[in-house]
Amino acid sequence: MTAKIVDRVMTAVFYLIAALLVVLLVGLLGYILARGLPKLSWTFLTSPPQSLSAGSGIGPQLFNSIYMLFLTMLFTVPIGVGGGIYLAEYARPGRLTDTIRAAIEVLSSLPSIVVGLFGLIVFVYYTGWGYTLMGGALALMLFNLPLMVRTSEEAIRAVPHEQREASLALGVSRWRTITDVVLPSALPGIVTGAILTAGRAFGEAAALIFTAGMSTPRLDFHDWNPLSPTSPFNPFRPGETLAVNIWKVNSEGLIPDAKEVSAGASAVLVIAVLLFNLMARFLARVFYRRMTAAKL
Amino acid sequence: MEAHPLIAGRRTREGFRDRLGYAATLLSVAVILVAVAAIYLFVFSRGLATFFVNHVNVLDFLFGTEWRPTLTESEGGPKFGVLPFIVGSFIVTFFSALIAGPIGIGAAIFMTEIAPSWGRKLMQPVIEILVGIPSVVYGFTGLTLIVPFLREHAGGLGFGLLAGILVLAVMILPTVTSISVDALSAVPPEIKAGSYALGATRWQTIWRILMRASAPGFVTAVIFGMARAFGEALAVQMVIGNGKNMPTSLLEPASTITTVITMNMGNTVAGSVENNVLWSLALLLLLMSTVFIFAVRWVGRRGRLMSR
Repeated sequence: MTAKIVDRVMTAVFYLIAALLVVLLVGLLGYILARGLPKLSWTFLTSPPQSLSAGSGIGPQLFNSIYMLFLTMLFTVPIGVGGGIYLAEYARPGRLTDTIRAAIEVLSSLPSIVVGLFGLIVFVYYTGWGYTLMGGALALMLFNLPLMVRTSEEAIRAVPHEQREASLALGVSRWRTITDVVLPSALPGIVTGAILTAGRAFGEAAALIFTAGMSTPRLDFHDWNPLSPTSPFNPFRPGETLAVNIWKVNSEGLIPDAKEVSAGASAVLVIAVLLFNLMARFLARVFYRRMTAAKL
Repeated sequence: MEAHPLIAGRRTREGFRDRLGYAATLLSVAVILVAVAAIYLFVFSRGLATFFVNHVNVLDFLFGTEWRPTLTESEGGPKFGVLPFIVGSFIVTFFSALIAGPIGIGAAIFMTEIAPSWGRKLMQPVIEILVGIPSVVYGFTGLTLIVPFLREHAGGLGFGLLAGILVLAVMILPTVTSISVDALSAVPPEIKAGSYALGATRWQTIWRILMRASAPGFVTAVIFGMARAFGEALAVQMVIGNGKNMPTSLLEPASTITTVITMNMGNTVAGSVENNVLWSLALLLLLMSTVFIFAVRWVGRRGRLMSR
């Protein structure tokens, strides 16, 4: 009889653990949103930060975050999908493939601050660029490539082998088969992977402190020339992102309303993460429906 | 007869494209290989400069307990003992894994064994969102919620190792859970069915069968969690208080390897001793991450051998 009682008690324990996790998430989101949402207003989202007094906005940081994300994905997606294609279509079992897989594993488990320090040597010192959005985007690319490669490889591998064989049997070249037959079928998985990667890149800060810097020059939002130093679109200017800003205002403590500003910025980050997550789920479902319907 | 334009021959345009495409994918892979090699090369060369160029004694560095990088030579020379930070890193890593390990494994068992249908559907998004929350947001929450709580109920400033441990435990919890779920899902259902057929209860099956069968997977999950905790910089820096002395209690301000790098890398001149010492800390961090990676591979190989 005791075995059954122990079983009941342990079942209750497992329910408690699961409940703990749910409460943790709901509490965390609730706390961030309750503190941050009242702060959010059009002025807060668009006005520039103050260096010493209260009343900071997060306009430039928000822009930097989005622009940095764009630059990062511009590099990450082609290279990541390329790596995924190589591993799924071309790689043969052997030493080279083992080395590549080990390198991807190592890169994915390195602390982001190490990637940031590497970026400091290469993209800040060695290139002579100083702190730039470009350097930050390249560091983020390195940091996110493993995830992108892995998700693309999985998506490409999931494409049924018969489709490739049919295409190759028609005499279509290997590369054409990949681009015209395999990639379209693998697209849903690749898009989901890209969105997950984007979500991670949007909140990353440790890799950016030493590459994109902790400041933003005065920006002229009417200046759209990407070569002009005051243009927001110039990729070779320092660009502090939202996540970096949260860390900076709290560790420097120069502005009196640091907590309020970071609460607002945190809420923006959390909302962005939720949106990325929902988007990935929604697209995966839409693609799934379309793909399965197409087979009927 | 002329070949169809889409058919690849060595000299056709299509054949050229074929090889170009292959070269492009190979180049993408090369980016990763070169990056990893360069990361090790650069961090090693900078990190070792402290000992070979500035002639700081390796043992004084690793086992020294005094961190006074700006002390002049007449005052006793700059001291670069980083043992307090190494100890700090290990303490936060060990204790956060100690908290997150059982809870994460428990949550994974809930998802796969207790309520595999609705439980999994509910918990999967919970874990994915927890993974996705940026580390600075965890740091900020720790700073505004955990630190004041500790200050009121545990005494001291609130900033310290304990605050870091709690923040890290929450951060690595989803990592531990999701890898544990993978481990549990890989257990062949026949083993479980056999246990139930012998009249074992669910808990007996979990405790005697599943815990053994997925032990290597759980170890992997906890190592991954520890790797994440060891390498986390900003969230810990925001709550740990940045004390420079050897920690004597969990409530005292302390530092970890990552927090010292974060705090000082921007304030020191590249090429100076103070700066090189930080790179030596980065080298330590890189070496420790490598140890975690090898540990995961080793456990994985052992696990495969055991199940054979």
